[in-house]
Amino acid sequence: MREPIWLKRTLIFLAASFLFVMLIMPLLLVAKEALSKGVDFYFKALTDEFALKALYLTIEATISAVVLNTIFGLASAWLLTKFDFRGKTFLGSLIDLPFAISPVIAGLFFIMLFGRLSPLYPLLQEYDVAIVFAVPAIILATVFVTFPFITRELVPVMENQGRSEEEAAATMGANGWTIFRRVTLPNIKWALGYGIILCSARALGEFGAVSVVSGHIRGKTNTLPLHIEILYNEYNFTAAFAVASVLVFLAIIVLILRNLVERANKNPVEEEIPTDDKNSSELKAGVAHG
Amino acid sequence: MFGKSDVIPGRRLTLGITLTFVSLFLFIPLASFVLFASGMGLEKFFAAVTDWRNVHAYGVSFFCALAAGLINSLFGLIIAWVLVRYDFRGKKIMDALIDLPFALPTAVAGIALTTLYAQNGLLGKFFYSVGIESAFSPMGITIALIFVGIPFVARSVQPVLKELDPQLEEAANLFGAGNWTIFSKIIFPELLPPLLTGFALAFARGIGEYGSVVFIAGNMPYETEIAPLMIMTKLEQFDYQSAAAIAIVMMILSLSILLGIHGWQSRQLKRIGGVVGA
Amino acid sequence: MFKFKKWAKVFLTAGLIFSASVISGCGGSDSATTSDGKKEFLNVSYDPTRELYAAYNEKFHEHWTKELGKSDVTLTQSHGGSGKQARAVIEGLEADVVTLALAYDVIEIKNAGLIQDGWQNEFPDNSSPYTSTIVFLVRKGNPKNIRDWDDLIRDDVDIITPNPKTSGGAQWNYLAAWEFAKRKFNGDESQIRDFMKKLFGNVVVLDSGARGATTSFVQRGQGDVLIAWENEALLSKKGAPDDYEIVTPSLSILAEPSVAVVDKIVDKKGTRELAEEYIRYLYSPAGQEIAAQNFYRPRDKEILAKYADTFKPLTLFTIDEAFGGWVKAHEHFTDGGSFDRIYQK
Repeated sequence: MREPIWLKRTLIFLAASFLFVMLIMPLLLVAKEALSKGVDFYFKALTDEFALKALYLTIEATISAVVLNTIFGLASAWLLTKFDFRGKTFLGSLIDLPFAISPVIAGLFFIMLFGRLSPLYPLLQEYDVAIVFAVPAIILATVFVTFPFITRELVPVMENQGRSEEEAAATMGANGWTIFRRVTLPNIKWALGYGIILCSARALGEFGAVSVVSGHIRGKTNTLPLHIEILYNEYNFTAAFAVASVLVFLAIIVLILRNLVERANKNPVEEEIPTDDKNSSELKAGVAHG
Repeated sequence: MFGKSDVIPGRRLTLGITLTFVSLFLFIPLASFVLFASGMGLEKFFAAVTDWRNVHAYGVSFFCALAAGLINSLFGLIIAWVLVRYDFRGKKIMDALIDLPFALPTAVAGIALTTLYAQNGLLGKFFYSVGIESAFSPMGITIALIFVGIPFVARSVQPVLKELDPQLEEAANLFGAGNWTIFSKIIFPELLPPLLTGFALAFARGIGEYGSVVFIAGNMPYETEIAPLMIMTKLEQFDYQSAAAIAIVMMILSLSILLGIHGWQSRQLKRIGGVVGA
Repeated sequence: MFKFKKWAKVFLTAGLIFSASVISGCGGSDSATTSDGKKEFLNVSYDPTRELYAAYNEKFHEHWTKELGKSDVTLTQSHGGSGKQARAVIEGLEADVVTLALAYDVIEIKNAGLIQDGWQNEFPDNSSPYTSTIVFLVRKGNPKNIRDWDDLIRDDVDIITPNPKTSGGAQWNYLAAWEFAKRKFNGDESQIRDFMKKLFGNVVVLDSGARGATTSFVQRGQGDVLIAWENEALLSKKGAPDDYEIVTPSLSILAEPSVAVVDKIVDKKGTRELAEEYIRYLYSPAGQEIAAQNFYRPRDKEILAKYADTFKPLTLFTIDEAFGGWVKAHEHFTDGGSFDRIYQK
């Protein structure tokens, strides 16, 4: 399909201006507000004791969510695409459920399950295990809101790829682990990487669910997004935006990492193909090369 | 279902892991919540669910999420198209930027957008001067929902567009089909399923969104009160059960949309599969 | 080719970190002490008291360790909407003391069985060491000439106030306006309702919390008048003395934020002595001074006189006088109560 140059330009213009107004301007605003009291103030806000503790907690919750969801994502995608069974559509939708649930309600789930009003509470008290208003609930809430991301990324790719290669490998006597490692993984690595990126990006910024289960104790159960809210409510707008800019920065680092991973694994042949015709499947190239 | 012998190994293992995770992280919390809500009895449930103010709030959430979903579908399609098909300066940056709404805490997004679109904001000045209330209005809510939904459509369409077989288009071109015909007859039908998935995800996310919306909504009863805010309101009054009732209605609403899309897609897949099989 | 081994190592490491963190998370759950053996103490409060308790904790820490010579303690604080904070305590947030916006929120915690009956008589002045009131914050020069509650129902006035259903502070706003109308119309219900309907008809943004409302008024330039806590109005004015003026209406409400020891928790953690001293010290001259510096009206007459410039005298009524206590007053905000009826078509 060769469309006229004006159409091409209009479309690029439309996409760019939409992203500029809806995305870049808010981000620029964050940057501008963050630096409005000068660089010294900016770094002071970032190295504040509570900001650092919040950063540590956020990273801890993010890593936990990514690890758990990667294990789950690989298992569920394998199950959903390599086998047929009754209730498959239902399971697929169930996994998507966290998308349909307001994060605020997701937080409430855990309050109802582990909080003082829950029948489990006396048991937890006995063993002195704190879940809600402590770190474990923050991790649980983060896992919940990021639950579908990796599965969602893997399923379409594995669906497209079909089962024939795995079946062939299995017939030749390869065990499950080898099949996964040698046949499946090379084909899904891009999607997996992307899923991990989405998952960590979302986990970094999660606010609603964590806000419900956190208890907002300074230096103890505040994640970065909650710390931003606190600063904002203290009318400390500049510091709030400064800390927000850290999250933007972290997200950008994650996105750059993705680009690096992608480039490092790129098929050299593919690079010679002009981007316009690049839609010849990456997957095939990957398979041939592997 | 274990009777059949699979060629590919790992059924039991993956089923086990999947079910463990689904029950631990989804099913048990969800069930405990439903169990809790069921304590209130049907009468109270319906009273809470059909309260006119709550109904109005579902309406606001529904229509704003719908508007935001449609706008994101249109621009998401354009963005995906531009990213896959064209080469231009800044493409990499554009590609990377799309995911940022995920990472920005919704509260920060809400604050930044309100600052921009309020009457004294950079963009608000323009909108208010032509008589459009771009903040503290349904439009404000829609703007916030567009922001949080940007990645969904673009990211669903992008991979499918990338995988499209160029030969079909070339063939159609040879037969003298115009651009519009190629797009509408060959490309668009392929893009429709991911487009719908992306739309459904953006829509479902929009219905439940709270953090970014409260800042820009204005929260006026019967005008700009969103359903998640009603839940928070009930909770502030220690009325857990009404809160749970509204939450359940919203969950059913979003879930039925997601289920509908899933069902439609698996039917489509079967149909295509059938043709290939024949 | 995809370097699987490298990735496997990454995952393995991450998994180890994860399990370690979960274990440490659970291990650290013994909330009474921190890793260095210090006792940990939590004051659960509401939004506008952040600065107050940040300053007070510092002072109290000195008092506790130096003047009383007790063992060291880590004082922590948690802030949010008053109702939300009360809920968190009911749901399991282990607060040693609560310092909330309304007696009603403390009553809810009591009803959940965490605080004993009679908490309001445990400390002087209804267990309310400092007070505030409701005033109007207007733009410099008072361009709309807003003097009293009457002016708020004029067609040309745009009002900012938080939602009484989600904000404790806003319930004081609402009740103050209601009492004004009640006195003006000699208790005629339909005229009072009409007054309230007009007043809330002028509201342009109904934020969910007091701090959000202040932000809408100050940062976004919405509205002509902000109905606010006196302490919030004074704080905003301090930030930008040339942009705002405070108008004190002819009649307002004596807002009495409540404090209480959470009996169940302190008995479990063994922090009762500390918790009681924490609250008692709020009534001391040093505590009252800190309250006044943070724009709360001190109960101590001498210290109030010292800050007479800040706290203008005005006619105040109490909830008990006007509404017969919080439980009754709160009926305005239940579902179908007088506040909901304002918005019914």
